[in-house]
Amino acid sequence: MDFQVVILAGGFSSNLQPLVSKEVPKALLPVANRPVLSYVLDLLESSNLKDLIVVVEGEDAALKVGGWISSACVDRLHVEVAAVAENVGTAGALRAIAHHLTAKDILIVSGDIVSDVSPGAVAATHRRHDASVTAMLCAEPVSGPSESGVASGKDKTKKPACYDIIGLDSSKQFLLHIATGVEIKKDTRIKKSILRAAGKMEIRSDLMDSHIYAFKRSVLQKVLDQKPTFRSLKEDVLPYLVRTQLRSEVFPDEKTVEDNGKNNMQNNELVLSQILSNASLPSFHQVYESFLNSRKTHKCCVYIADESKYCVRLNSIQAYMDVNRDVIGDANHLSGYSFSAHHNIVHPSAELGSKTTVGPHCMLGEGSQVGDKCSVKRSVIGRHCRIGSNVKVVNSVVMDHATIGDGCSIQGSVICSNAQLQERVSLRDCQVEAGYVVYAGGEHKGETFARK
Amino acid sequence: MGAQKKGGARVSDDTEEQTRQRLQAILLADSFTTKFRPVTLERPKVLLPLANVPMIDYTLAWLESAGIEEVFVFCCAHSTQITDYLQTSSEQQSHPNLLVRTIESHRSISAGDALRYIYEQQTETSQIQGDFVLVSGDTVSNMPLADLIREHRERKKKDEKAIMTMVIKKSKPSPMTRQSRLGTDELFVAVDPVTKQLLHYEVDHVRGSVCLDKALMESNPSVMICNDMQDCYIDVCSPEVLSLFEDNFDYQHLRRDFFKGVLGDDIMGYKIFTHEIGSSYASRVDNFRSYDTVSKDIIQRWTYPYVPDVNFSGNRPLKVGRQGVYKASDVVQSRSADVGACSVVGYGTKIGNGGRVLNSVIGNGCCIGADVVIEGSYVWDNVVIEDGCEIRNAIVCDGVRIRAGAVLQPGVVLSFKVVVGRGFVVPAYSKVSLLQQPMKEDSDEELEYADSSSGTADRLSGLSLEMESKGSELGPDGVGYIWEVCEGAHDEEWKHSVAPIPEDKLAEIIQAMEDDDTEDEIVPRKSEELKSDVDSVNTDVNDPGDDYGYFEREVEGTFLRAVEEGIKVELGILEINSLRLSYNMESADCAGAIFYAMMKLAVDTPHSSLRELSENASSIIAKWKGLLGNYVKHTDEQIEVIMKFEEMCQETARELSPLFAQILQVLYDKEVVQEDAILRWAEEKAGADEADKVYLQQCEAFIQWLKEASEEEDEEEEED
Repeated sequence: MDFQVVILAGGFSSNLQPLVSKEVPKALLPVANRPVLSYVLDLLESSNLKDLIVVVEGEDAALKVGGWISSACVDRLHVEVAAVAENVGTAGALRAIAHHLTAKDILIVSGDIVSDVSPGAVAATHRRHDASVTAMLCAEPVSGPSESGVASGKDKTKKPACYDIIGLDSSKQFLLHIATGVEIKKDTRIKKSILRAAGKMEIRSDLMDSHIYAFKRSVLQKVLDQKPTFRSLKEDVLPYLVRTQLRSEVFPDEKTVEDNGKNNMQNNELVLSQILSNASLPSFHQVYESFLNSRKTHKCCVYIADESKYCVRLNSIQAYMDVNRDVIGDANHLSGYSFSAHHNIVHPSAELGSKTTVGPHCMLGEGSQVGDKCSVKRSVIGRHCRIGSNVKVVNSVVMDHATIGDGCSIQGSVICSNAQLQERVSLRDCQVEAGYVVYAGGEHKGETFARK
Repeated sequence: MGAQKKGGARVSDDTEEQTRQRLQAILLADSFTTKFRPVTLERPKVLLPLANVPMIDYTLAWLESAGIEEVFVFCCAHSTQITDYLQTSSEQQSHPNLLVRTIESHRSISAGDALRYIYEQQTETSQIQGDFVLVSGDTVSNMPLADLIREHRERKKKDEKAIMTMVIKKSKPSPMTRQSRLGTDELFVAVDPVTKQLLHYEVDHVRGSVCLDKALMESNPSVMICNDMQDCYIDVCSPEVLSLFEDNFDYQHLRRDFFKGVLGDDIMGYKIFTHEIGSSYASRVDNFRSYDTVSKDIIQRWTYPYVPDVNFSGNRPLKVGRQGVYKASDVVQSRSADVGACSVVGYGTKIGNGGRVLNSVIGNGCCIGADVVIEGSYVWDNVVIEDGCEIRNAIVCDGVRIRAGAVLQPGVVLSFKVVVGRGFVVPAYSKVSLLQQPMKEDSDEELEYADSSSGTADRLSGLSLEMESKGSELGPDGVGYIWEVCEGAHDEEWKHSVAPIPEDKLAEIIQAMEDDDTEDEIVPRKSEELKSDVDSVNTDVNDPGDDYGYFEREVEGTFLRAVEEGIKVELGILEINSLRLSYNMESADCAGAIFYAMMKLAVDTPHSSLRELSENASSIIAKWKGLLGNYVKHTDEQIEVIMKFEEMCQETARELSPLFAQILQVLYDKEVVQEDAILRWAEEKAGADEADKVYLQQCEAFIQWLKEASEEEDEEEEED
């Protein structure tokens, strides 16, 4: 397939602080002891998409990500790592790497997605309709909205979680309306012109844009050139294309250029696309064009993932906890590990003390030691961690090389790598930055431990 | 009260009641509109013939075959004509299985009134026993009702609040014909795709977008907005509907008021559901265009079994020939005459040599001369058309006489017994009647009914005599008045007429569609760019600012209204206070907004020189200082006013900037702002950038004077 894949891997996202740090950019955050980026790469590889560009914000982060990629998967995939300036937004990042894009269609995937929806299916839908843009929609995650409303979580803001409002045509193939971010909180306004053209529109608030897009390269580049103020794909570029689909401003030039040489081929493609989409009836775009012959239209399509599919973006701490829980729990086929009969994974080299229990939906990494009379439930513990005796770890994530003293109790918290909890620390809904030391006996609730 | 009693009874023996409950319908034999004028001045709309059978017969025959046992026909306009007609048809046993009762009321001017009247009647005699079908007498349909009623009842059993099920039907697929086919306004409905509950109903062609409340989106994960539906005006209602109309005496229109009331009311929580029909036919004859459309549908047999060759209500069936030509057995047609496709010719009609009839309906007992062309027209009974006339896309009522060589241009409506003079050309879209156009167009009280029919007839005969003597607007030997198109309705004329939509109007529609599109485009894009420019943190902060913008506009509107209508200051204060509360604003905000409105008014008042502008401003300040003064009791608020003024001079109303000092002085003189405020403002500004100091410098002298004055005062005080 002539698809180029761009993975927007972000940088040191502020949403995820203190989880990310100078050592661990967002793309390398461990999910069930594997960097989150590896899930995306595996997913793409499973669709046979191997020509990838990973865009990372900031040189430092790019070096780190590049280092990991070259060690992990250089033999399987053709990956380029490109660094862009920080805080340019998703659209800005694409602008910066535009010269790398050569294929007819571009698949853009956010680097923080943990999912089993096939990107190949999105690409196929895109091709079948000869669409300008195809967005993948999935059901809202069960754990509640983890969508921060900010494109790939790069913009330096924290917003309350919110959903997307999405308008589909009656065949659920075309995207007619999209409202994201702050617009959600307003009344939904839908243009009558598009309703007239499409006849029906189904407005869904239970779907969300999962940040996997296929763009026609020419269209994408045109929009990025024409609208220098656009920062975000999700909030600017996509809504713009959806809004202008009946009065396209992204086509005319391109048509004339391509018409010269490829006229025949285009016709063929058109016929082919009609056959493929089973279109005995022309799509409403064509009907509309035939009425207003001065108009050009472009198609905005959607691929709606099956409800049983898993798709979560790791763009908040809550989402990080959810993803870790799901990957070793309900969605364990994603982890790539084989689970024991107790629905957990305990690495053979891990040492467990006497009377220590590791419940189902748990993971214990290589070389970790757990003392006596401990209890681990629904948690991920990284490699080479040292956990004392009488420790309770529930619904938490403990990253590699962390040290937890005797008698600690950890619930709903994230302990980053090399962090140290001294004796009898009790944490509830806390985050501990990498290398931080929490002193003995403290009882904390909902706190963030980080060096300022 | 009656409804409640019945509700109690139903709980006790539910199933039994259901089985013996009679299927009842209310048929509104009056549409409470004036769309069919002038024809409806002389005959009620439901008795107008559709393919030579009165409309009401289609409705009654359908209700009968759909299993309705009892129908209440509500008559208002020309009620005697309707009751007489129903009387004779019941004598003829045309609807043997249907008990037709008539309810007459002359005071009703809307469907709401009609239902209220029925409700009042009902409590006396307990006529409506349960769920009923509400239709208007101009409905043509062949849909089965039994399933619909069952569906409604089952839903009602589960959910007490589901009081109504309305029937919708998919309209033709093209975006163009969708709005023009039936001549009605565009309809936008929002429906829950699973439960089919109606969530939003909008018939509005002004705004460019449909607005769904955010609460609606929050409570429904999925909403289907349809533009390709037509409302059939067939509703299955529970008795609560009648009592709702009784409770809300301001409900007039079934859709405009009732739906709006029910959908907008969260407290009662009543729900309306939709039922989409697929294969069967249902449509309402609402205006001349739908008259044309429905007639054609009947001829093309979409409404089977209600077609001209079937006796469905005592009508004499016609013989159907090829190409949809229906002809009575005794039609006398000259050999050279040609009756083309999709035409109906009634009993006792004669067509002369060389006549051509195409896509038209010709009634009973007509006499059509030689070389007459009739295309796409509706000629009712006993019409005489003399040689060589041309009739295109017109409606010609009973007893009309069209003299030789006359031409009817598209869209003409000739009411009863009009005579068109020899060789006269009736201009397109004109409506001609023997009755003069009513002078007073009371659009609210759309009265279809004239006086009793006999009175009308008397007046008519006298009138026609008088007319004949003095000649008429329809040529020397014609009789009748050509009605003037009233303003506003002019644009609608082509939309509602039987004539096909002219090319230029089609082009206009397309243009309008494009314009629509572009207009909308501007608004979101603006906000878009704003949004992407400012950091998203700012958008949150901006929100109150936005609110303030609205508030400012509201205050401005209130103020202008106060000025125009000469509202007293106290009342103005009341209104602005209520705005302030609803927008949660400080009184400083109010002061700023009012001052802004005042200055804007000054600028907007025509003026030729700066002096005039300054006079305007001072007079406005003098007049409304009471209003402004209410909000500037503290120094802070006064400073706010000055700052606002400064801002205006810089941004919105640059004209004022040379007058800054003058107007400030006026404000001081009128005691709107006090010297403390001015001095403090000056102090604050002293530290600002040079650019910001323009106005400070302008009023330096004034401030100097203020300072000296206050020092003097101080000195005086010291001396004391």
